[in-house]
Amino acid sequence: MSDLEASLLAHLNSGGDVPDSRSYASSLGVTHKELEDVIKSLAAFRIVESKDITKETWVLTDEAKGYLASGSPEAQLLAAIPPEGASKDVLKEKLGSILDIGMKTAAKNKWIGFEKGNKDLVLRKVDTIKDELQEQLKRLESGEVLSDKVIDDLKRRKLIMKEKTSCYALKKGPQFVAKRKKLATDVTQEHLRSGDWKDLEFKDYNFGAQGQPISVGYVQPLLEVREEIQNIFLQMGFTEMPTNNYVESSFWNFDALYQPQQHPARDSHDTFFLQAPATTKQLIEAYLEKVKEVHQCGGYGSKGYGYDWKRDEAEKNLLRTHTTAVSARMLYKLAQEKPFAPKRYYSIDRVFRNEAVDRTHLAEFHQIEGLICDYGLTLGDLIGVLEDFFSRLGMSKLRFKPAYNPYTEPSMEIFSYHEGLKKWVEVGNSGMFRPEMLLPMGLPEGVNVIAWGLSLERPTMILYGIDNIRDLFGPKVDFNLIKSNPLCRLGLQ
Amino acid sequence: MPTVSVGRDRLYAALGRTYTQEEFEALCFEFGIELDDVTTEKAIIRKEKHLDDDGDVDGDDEVIYKIEVAANRYDLLCIEGLARSLRVFTGTEATPKYKISPIPRDSMHRMYVKPQTSQVRPYVVCAVLRGVTFDEARYNSFIDLQDKLHQNICRKRTLVAIGTHDLDTVKGPFSYEALPPQEINFIPLKQEESFRADKLMEFYKSDMKLKKFLHIIENSPVYPVIYDSNRTVLSLPPIINGAHSAITLNTRNVFIECTATDLTKAKIVLNTMVTMFSEYCENKFEVEPVEVVSHDGSKTIYPDLSCYKMEVSLSEIVGPIGISLDETQVVSLLNKMQLQAESCASKEEPRISVSVPPTRSDILHARDLVEDVAIAYGYNNVPKSKPKCMTIGGRQPLNRFSDKLRAEVARAGYMEVLTFTLCSREENFDMLNRTQDVNKAVIIANPRTSEFEVVRTSLMSCLLKTLKHNIDHPRPIKIFEVGDVVTLDGSCDVGASNNRRLAALYCNSQSGFEEIMGLVDRIVKVVRAPHVKFGQNYYVPTNEPEFFPKRQCKIVTSDGKQIGYLGIVHAEVLRKFGIPDPCTFVEIDVEALL
Repeated sequence: MSDLEASLLAHLNSGGDVPDSRSYASSLGVTHKELEDVIKSLAAFRIVESKDITKETWVLTDEAKGYLASGSPEAQLLAAIPPEGASKDVLKEKLGSILDIGMKTAAKNKWIGFEKGNKDLVLRKVDTIKDELQEQLKRLESGEVLSDKVIDDLKRRKLIMKEKTSCYALKKGPQFVAKRKKLATDVTQEHLRSGDWKDLEFKDYNFGAQGQPISVGYVQPLLEVREEIQNIFLQMGFTEMPTNNYVESSFWNFDALYQPQQHPARDSHDTFFLQAPATTKQLIEAYLEKVKEVHQCGGYGSKGYGYDWKRDEAEKNLLRTHTTAVSARMLYKLAQEKPFAPKRYYSIDRVFRNEAVDRTHLAEFHQIEGLICDYGLTLGDLIGVLEDFFSRLGMSKLRFKPAYNPYTEPSMEIFSYHEGLKKWVEVGNSGMFRPEMLLPMGLPEGVNVIAWGLSLERPTMILYGIDNIRDLFGPKVDFNLIKSNPLCRLGLQ
Repeated sequence: MPTVSVGRDRLYAALGRTYTQEEFEALCFEFGIELDDVTTEKAIIRKEKHLDDDGDVDGDDEVIYKIEVAANRYDLLCIEGLARSLRVFTGTEATPKYKISPIPRDSMHRMYVKPQTSQVRPYVVCAVLRGVTFDEARYNSFIDLQDKLHQNICRKRTLVAIGTHDLDTVKGPFSYEALPPQEINFIPLKQEESFRADKLMEFYKSDMKLKKFLHIIENSPVYPVIYDSNRTVLSLPPIINGAHSAITLNTRNVFIECTATDLTKAKIVLNTMVTMFSEYCENKFEVEPVEVVSHDGSKTIYPDLSCYKMEVSLSEIVGPIGISLDETQVVSLLNKMQLQAESCASKEEPRISVSVPPTRSDILHARDLVEDVAIAYGYNNVPKSKPKCMTIGGRQPLNRFSDKLRAEVARAGYMEVLTFTLCSREENFDMLNRTQDVNKAVIIANPRTSEFEVVRTSLMSCLLKTLKHNIDHPRPIKIFEVGDVVTLDGSCDVGASNNRRLAALYCNSQSGFEEIMGLVDRIVKVVRAPHVKFGQNYYVPTNEPEFFPKRQCKIVTSDGKQIGYLGIVHAEVLRKFGIPDPCTFVEIDVEALL
């Protein structure tokens, strides 16, 4: 708080008033501008009440200001005359134009005289003088009201002129305090160290303004959803399968799954086959024989597909079309472990389809897969698990439609009621793996596998209202989408 | 999944009642088919011609239902079979019994198979439909079913091809031969003049519909052909029938031959044709057999309409569903699915014997019966239960570790992107100033476009492409990805293996070389472990073509193993990717740090 503000508030507090801020400023020896700033600040908080006053006052001309500082011309003249007197020329040189103005009044006041016979030599007649003009100018400057006669005189001598000035009349305002607290904009180290945070009062903050942009990192929205789905599997006791093998043989991708070699999915229109490495020669021979047998002529209670199974077809390499190829490898491995132990497996990873790319299809996308392997699992168990899983994804209303899939029987398409779209939408596929798939692997009779799969992209697109898959995955994704995507709230229900 | 188009009103007439669309959709859902689209012939023609709604076209206003059916249910590919299945399912009709007409063996039509056919298309199976009454709708359905079968189970005629003929225009016995194309002459269907087979193949190269089948026999020295006893050509399978024996609306007796490379499928196709259309025979569901005499003298009578017999225990059926029903209930549910079942006398557990009709070739195993019982019971009526096995969840260490690194890099202020594994050869090699290394990359044999030629061997082109698509984004741009690359690997059974990589790219008015080094320093700091050690200086200068010289290095562990590399991206590389500003790129082998 400035001293000036303190003086003003003390003055008002002790019962004084300020009818004219100008004269008050000059009484304090400050400029009116300085006082004005304080007045405006105090008035804004209604600590003082100020009334604008405009009045005309006499002010000194530049000439008069000179006299105020250095004395009236006659006084200056007198001071310039040495005791032995001085010639007009010498004085002229000393005083300039002041000499002529000063001579008249000095002569009239009989302060000076001339040597007889030598009109040129100016002599002092008095030792001391009273400089009335300077006195008058001082009084005027300090705001004193002078008599009309004096005013007229000064006006005539062009030493004063009229000027419009504005000033304020001040009195206590409704919020008057003897000492004002300073409003803080921030808390500083200084506040905390000095302890004056106790008296801090804050200036109003402009909450309409945005915060400062900050520099942060971001995670890809699709992978955020992947993480939450992963968490759901983990909560349900599922173990992740190793899916970091994009190149797969037709054997594991199709044959092991009891998918016949003439199945349309094995067409080059749907699957990326490889030029390098073109084939897989290392297959598990004993198992391969069993797979061949069950395709050709059945066994394990099946009549088989009844066609001529070709090893060449099984050896063809491809980019896996589903992560079920990995499930097949895992189940085969599990079948070799004795004694049998039940498992729950999941994976979320890339699969590849040789399809035309459009708003809803990509040549590579993520497949979510879950399976449970145990004795005596039922279709009812599958439905129960699917309800557990999908309800955590926010889809609690499910129904199931019979479907066809070469490696599951029974097979069920999963539909969920979408509240926004007001209709049932397909959200995944499920089923029980066929005995023709499981028994040749060496899994014990009576062990069933219930499984389901869906894409990661589709539920994510529905979740975030994205209608073009390429806006979510791939090099054309807009950075602004990644930056502005909200938190994934799956699994919070 | 195949889609079948049927007239709504004809379908409802065949079902003996009408449905609202919602009711019909509910029935489809329960049965496992789907009403995919509701349209009219007019609308279809308009769509084909790209006309708007008021465009005037020919065609019918009859409402058409497009129904999607399961890919292994060939008996649902025509209105006859679809309606029959739904009538049985809803209990308005019992499953028909398909019969072979009782004619003496020596009055059967005969098909003699010549040995040369084994070079090109070894199998033929035949049957006769007697006293058929066609009308336009039935005739069209007859043609459509052949089309549908050709598209699906016949795998575009490669496995099986169907020929249907007006029996009254030809004279048995028939012969199935394979002859050099120059020796075959006939007037093909829809043509007026006679063609020599090789000339005909040439002629069909401009036929939109037929040209896609030519490859099946084109390169064979002999073409399959079926003659009657007057040497009239019935067909040149799998391409075209002869004009002479073409069936018409007035045809009463139909001779059906299916030639094949897969006998099982030929039998299924023949059975499907005759079981569907014997509905219109004088003796309903009765089919006249044909004897096929092989070149080795063996004789087989087709079609084989016998039922496939299965015997299953009650628990085998209801156990996997998780419901408890008695054998009578199961029998009646099986019957709804056209599976003729009866419980058999048994002292112990109840058993059920099932006769699978020739229409249900999809039934291979008792598990297929389980599904049918579950469908007939209603999937949505099955009480839900919980698997009882106790298991503990867990992550793959590599994936969990990757997630930790992703979080670390994101915390360092980088934005995660997700790019494709597939790219063009040019992007993966040439645009990075790298030579095409044939011993390194997995190459796609059948790419649809150049976008999918190889599997990436580094993430560099992927991040540069992503940057290019966001080139107007405010600087600095700091992006990263953790993902797999694939390289050839002889030690792996399939000959290639994935490798997990972490890559980051910095782009600004200055290269950000030190920024990227700062990121690497951070990673090095957090991955240190007793088995992952770094010395004081883990940057070793390199001289690779994708980076500026003297502003690139590799990252090595204290035992000298390279785990990554970084550098200021070479101006030529930036130019090829269309990036105007300096960039620094780093790539690290995540598996080496695990």
